[in-house]
Amino acid sequence: MVEHGDIRVVHRGGSKINFREPVITNDSKFLLCASGECVKVFSTSTEECVHDLRGHTDLVTGVIIKPSNHLQAYSCSADGTVRLWDFTDGILIKTYVIGHPIYSIHASASHEGVVFVVTSMHADKRPDLLQLVAVHLPRSGDQMVEARELSAVLSDVSSNPLAIVFGRGGEYIASTKGLKLEVYLFRKQKAYSFFLKEDNKKGRRNTFTCVACHPKDDCIATGHEDGKIRLWRNFNQKKEYTYSTLHWHHSAVSSLCFTPEGTNLLSGGIESVLVQWRYNQEDQREFLPRLGAAITHITVSPDGSLFFTSHSDNKITIIQSCLKVSAAIQGLVKGESVTTDLMMDPRSKSLVLNGKPGHLQFYSLQRDKLLYNLDVVQQEYIHESGLQQFEVVKAAFDASGNWLATVEERKQKGAEVELNLKLWEFDEQTQSFVLNTTISAPHEAQITGMCFCHSTDNQTTMLVSTSKDGHFKAWQLDAQAHTEAADERPSWSCDFVGAYHSLVPECCCFSADGSLLAVSFQEVVTVWSTASWELLTTLSQPPKAIRNLCFGRLSCSKYLLGTTGNNLLCCWNLLTCSLEWSTSMDVSLLLADPISENMAAFCRQAGSTDLFVFKPSEPRPLFSQKAVCPGKVTRAIFAPREEMLESCEESSQWLNRSQLYFLTQHMDLMTFTTKVEEDRLMASSKQLVIDDSVAMTPFYLLLGKHRQQDSGDAQSGISTERTPLPQGSVAIKELLQTPAHVLPSTSFLCSMFVQSLLISVTEPREENKATEEEMESEKEEEDSEEEMESGTTRPEQAPLGRHAAESAAPALTKAQVRELRRVKKLDRSWFAGLLDS
Amino acid sequence: MASFKPTKIQVYPKLGEKVTQDTLYWKNYKAPVQIKEFGAITNIDFSPVAPHNFAVTAFTRVHIYGPFSQEPVKTFTRFKDTAYSGRFRSDGQLLVAGCEDSVVRLFDVSGKVALRMFKGHTKAVHVTDFTSDSYQILTGSDDYTCRLWDIPNATELNTYQEHTDYIRCGVTSKLNRDLFITGSYDHTLKMFDARLDKSVMTMDHGHPVENLLLYPSEGLLVSAGGRYVKVWDLLKGGQPLVSMKNHHKTVTCLSLGSNGQRLLSASLDRHVKVYNTTNYKVVHNFDYAASILSLGLAPDDESIVVGMTNGILSVKHRKSPEESKETSGQQRRKPSYRVFVKGKNYVPKQDDYLVSKPVKQHLAKYDKQLKRFNVSKALDTALETWLRRRKPEITVAVIKELDRRGTLKNALAGRDEQSLFHLLNFLIGNLVDPRFAPVLVTTAEMILDIYRSVIGQSPVVDRQLLRLQDLLEREIDYQKDLLEVLGMLDTMFASSIPRKEVPCSGISRSNGLGQGEASTSRPQLQAT
Repeated sequence: MVEHGDIRVVHRGGSKINFREPVITNDSKFLLCASGECVKVFSTSTEECVHDLRGHTDLVTGVIIKPSNHLQAYSCSADGTVRLWDFTDGILIKTYVIGHPIYSIHASASHEGVVFVVTSMHADKRPDLLQLVAVHLPRSGDQMVEARELSAVLSDVSSNPLAIVFGRGGEYIASTKGLKLEVYLFRKQKAYSFFLKEDNKKGRRNTFTCVACHPKDDCIATGHEDGKIRLWRNFNQKKEYTYSTLHWHHSAVSSLCFTPEGTNLLSGGIESVLVQWRYNQEDQREFLPRLGAAITHITVSPDGSLFFTSHSDNKITIIQSCLKVSAAIQGLVKGESVTTDLMMDPRSKSLVLNGKPGHLQFYSLQRDKLLYNLDVVQQEYIHESGLQQFEVVKAAFDASGNWLATVEERKQKGAEVELNLKLWEFDEQTQSFVLNTTISAPHEAQITGMCFCHSTDNQTTMLVSTSKDGHFKAWQLDAQAHTEAADERPSWSCDFVGAYHSLVPECCCFSADGSLLAVSFQEVVTVWSTASWELLTTLSQPPKAIRNLCFGRLSCSKYLLGTTGNNLLCCWNLLTCSLEWSTSMDVSLLLADPISENMAAFCRQAGSTDLFVFKPSEPRPLFSQKAVCPGKVTRAIFAPREEMLESCEESSQWLNRSQLYFLTQHMDLMTFTTKVEEDRLMASSKQLVIDDSVAMTPFYLLLGKHRQQDSGDAQSGISTERTPLPQGSVAIKELLQTPAHVLPSTSFLCSMFVQSLLISVTEPREENKATEEEMESEKEEEDSEEEMESGTTRPEQAPLGRHAAESAAPALTKAQVRELRRVKKLDRSWFAGLLDS
Repeated sequence: MASFKPTKIQVYPKLGEKVTQDTLYWKNYKAPVQIKEFGAITNIDFSPVAPHNFAVTAFTRVHIYGPFSQEPVKTFTRFKDTAYSGRFRSDGQLLVAGCEDSVVRLFDVSGKVALRMFKGHTKAVHVTDFTSDSYQILTGSDDYTCRLWDIPNATELNTYQEHTDYIRCGVTSKLNRDLFITGSYDHTLKMFDARLDKSVMTMDHGHPVENLLLYPSEGLLVSAGGRYVKVWDLLKGGQPLVSMKNHHKTVTCLSLGSNGQRLLSASLDRHVKVYNTTNYKVVHNFDYAASILSLGLAPDDESIVVGMTNGILSVKHRKSPEESKETSGQQRRKPSYRVFVKGKNYVPKQDDYLVSKPVKQHLAKYDKQLKRFNVSKALDTALETWLRRRKPEITVAVIKELDRRGTLKNALAGRDEQSLFHLLNFLIGNLVDPRFAPVLVTTAEMILDIYRSVIGQSPVVDRQLLRLQDLLEREIDYQKDLLEVLGMLDTMFASSIPRKEVPCSGISRSNGLGQGEASTSRPQLQAT
């Protein structure tokens, strides 16, 4: 076994941002989302992730703004701690250790120094019996504090944070679980419970799903599984409570929210329609339909101008209060499974997989951002559970990225499978894929595999699809020959249909040069010539069916690798048509690196997955790692790197040119990194410290750089020798602070302004020193400007002047040199003065 | 908020022939004028001069029709027996015709009585023609001879006795007064030179020759006989160029159209085929009611005249440009249309401030209903008379969309007699269409499930259901027959394709699986 010193598995991108409701800061500038083990801070104006608050060691289960200080936020986690953050700077202030896993966190302004958390207090840790506990946060200066002062408020509460809410600024707390609504009045220290019947006559389900309290009135709104919303009033008596019912949703109400003034109630559910009810005039409602996916949480900004809805497709939509979508923060969409394989778009170098229903998503791994969604199905998606709709099940790119093939499938009970094969052509003008050909019912049964011919020299592109109906079909782009109408573009048509002994084909694979096609029919691998469609040879390793099939690349292209159901990895040599070697391992996934000879095999071993990286020609693996992750790895991809790594260590060389990404059972996107890479990442992240409250404009970058440089100068201590810059000059101050409309014309002011900037030079020695200093600082400045690539006129002048001063100095007369320096000094000081004032 | 995605209407490939320039050209004729003659029409000849009258030889008469008249403008009836081969001279003044009684008659087009009678043949004369100098007549007869006659003297100039069977066709050269070609039932074509006493060229057609045609350049000769149309290169000494077998009965007549660009052949199989004379491929096909004996094409393809065995003369005139435009042109726009396009082509000036208006998405009626989840109304709009008659694919697409939304049952239920009648009518009309069958079969099943309890209450609906049942039974029988044919074909193919051995290596025992039968077929798949 090979040592693997510095390679480790890390989470990479695509984290979930819709797990808990997003928290909006008081100034509506930032959005805090619990995302895995960290809290992400998004800017609402640019939709970019500003920074991550890292520190928790388990899933973050809740985030709230500290009621007494709106610049700090609490977060709770399943690791049993509550942490206090300064989210503008991303600093961890304090950690309160509770000791039990926390499911949600609540706080109100009227309870200073207390947070309410939902946790299981019992020693046996039965997860179904949860309590709402008030935690008195001890005041101490330490970073790590243990919070011991706990008092139970309510027992048997729901783990869903939407089921507990404070009312009227903390006068009471409402909690729902199952069919019970419980209201705890802090003033009376008394809890009232209200029960609903299991179901009424029509068999509807009355279970509570969420709760919201009116900010001004004594009114609690509850959402129910049957789509009803009940408004409870008069609940501070046991008997005389009343409720009214609103019904628009046809399935469960997943989130409710009152606007801060209490004039409107917002509700959302699986229909993906945001409904706005007018409070006290509930028959007046407004709708915002087709938000894309089921609404899971709704939040309103403190001033009521923005609504935030998080959706089941890992998206947060920002909606203006006039019900207009203004922006969306979209994360990597992860459904229950990746039906299409992981793929790389050869053009954008983005990861492609199925995303929203009926869409393919293009996800940039470098920027950890969703680039765009390609609507494959092009049908209105009906947001209703239990409805079978078209899903993208297969997709493939050709080598150049010009063509994309997608298969969509709809399976209905008791009906035939509906299949569509679509071929998309990349359009240079719109920079997206345009539908070229739709083939309805390309096969009679489900398609099991699909691949493009990857050779680049071939004139015609070819696609092969295998299906459970026992056939594989080759599709080819028609030549222009027999299309008589000029406007007709070439389209795809079937070129060949092949079968073998009426067995079911499973995998298909083209050789590196595209001359051979290998199709596995259960335990038999058939090799076909793509030029003549002749069956060349058959290879077999009974008794189990072939699971994966892969041709070697580059120098190993004579090898064909396959894995079988009875834990064999076989390598056939196609020159001799014989088995070269085989080894016994339970390979769940085999894939080839497209730009090197390396192949990766994920093997199942005692509940976890091992990784082997090898070359088909060599018996020894290049790299192996035991227990990469628990569970089975079903999807993985080699992504080519943008810039090569220069790692000379043998075990990590395979990561030099490409990176291996894989999806675990729990749909986490992981990758392998080396130490070299991590170091580089750390270095680059340190450079990127920018004040995030200011928008990033080229002008801002320019100013920011100069400010840094100036402060650097000040530290170096040489600047004390420099002549004082006229930043304190009264004239400039006056000029810059007077409103523009009361100033005289610019032409009149200009000469005066320049005069005021001029510094009378008396001592030549001092001047000399200063000039040298200037030259140095200019050099720096020039470098920084090059980095920025922002075109200003100054750097063009500066090298000229320096050149003259350094090399052509002897040729010039003293007076000329002085004149030159004077000009240079003038220029510089004016600029710096402007910057500083 | 994404916009509503309208229902996807499946585009089906058009079945049948492809629309080419030729199909458009040859389809651009009016409905044919049918004229009943007394007997089988054996010959049609167009006058070479201006009004382009045509002479129709049928039974014992030769009629001359004007270009647009339904009645003959002139009739020659002075034949003792069946007349044959009435032909105009190149100036359109004289007409010659043979007869069953072996006498050849020459008429003045304006007169009635024969100007000259040429007697000498001993049997029926089927071929007559003027030579290019207009002073001589060529005749061919069933007595195996062909003769040249002098018109002014009505005397026989020469007799050629080389054929060994009936002579039934012949042409004279338009460029050389001495050359003519005859075709005979002895399968040969012979070219004669009047300056010599014997044939100068002989070609073997292989079948009794029915008709001959010379290209205007006279370099190529086309002959029809049996099921074949053959083209000969006269300049290469009668070398056969092309042999075409596109008819399934004897080809009886040939004609050139579009200034020699197209060749037409008519046959006893009731078809007229149009060939491209550059590649000799069939570009168009006409169907007629009866076996065709004669065919004539007016200059510039202004009209196609076809004579058939049942004595019906069919005349098709070309549509004038206005007429053809009327049918293919767009529908007249409503006056309100102008209101909507007002200002559409206005280009903003440089310093204009442009206020962009949100583009309103236009939705079809059924989509508007679908957007509001009004499923029954959506189905109603899709079943409107115009839509279900003219565009069944839209109706089917809406039904499919409803099925996808899981609300088809709701949309189908609760209908009254009238709307159920329309629905069933639509099903009966389109159920067996292979494009729509998968969708409509489930719909039909659902309808039967929903309305099972009310069967027998409405005679109208019951009658429709019986019709549906009848239709399905017929379709099942039809499918059975098709499967039988498919089975037969499979057996035939299996026995005709030689089995090929697949190379397999004997090195590794595990690879020693037998050869595979690779079934190779190229199905026609619908691709849009």
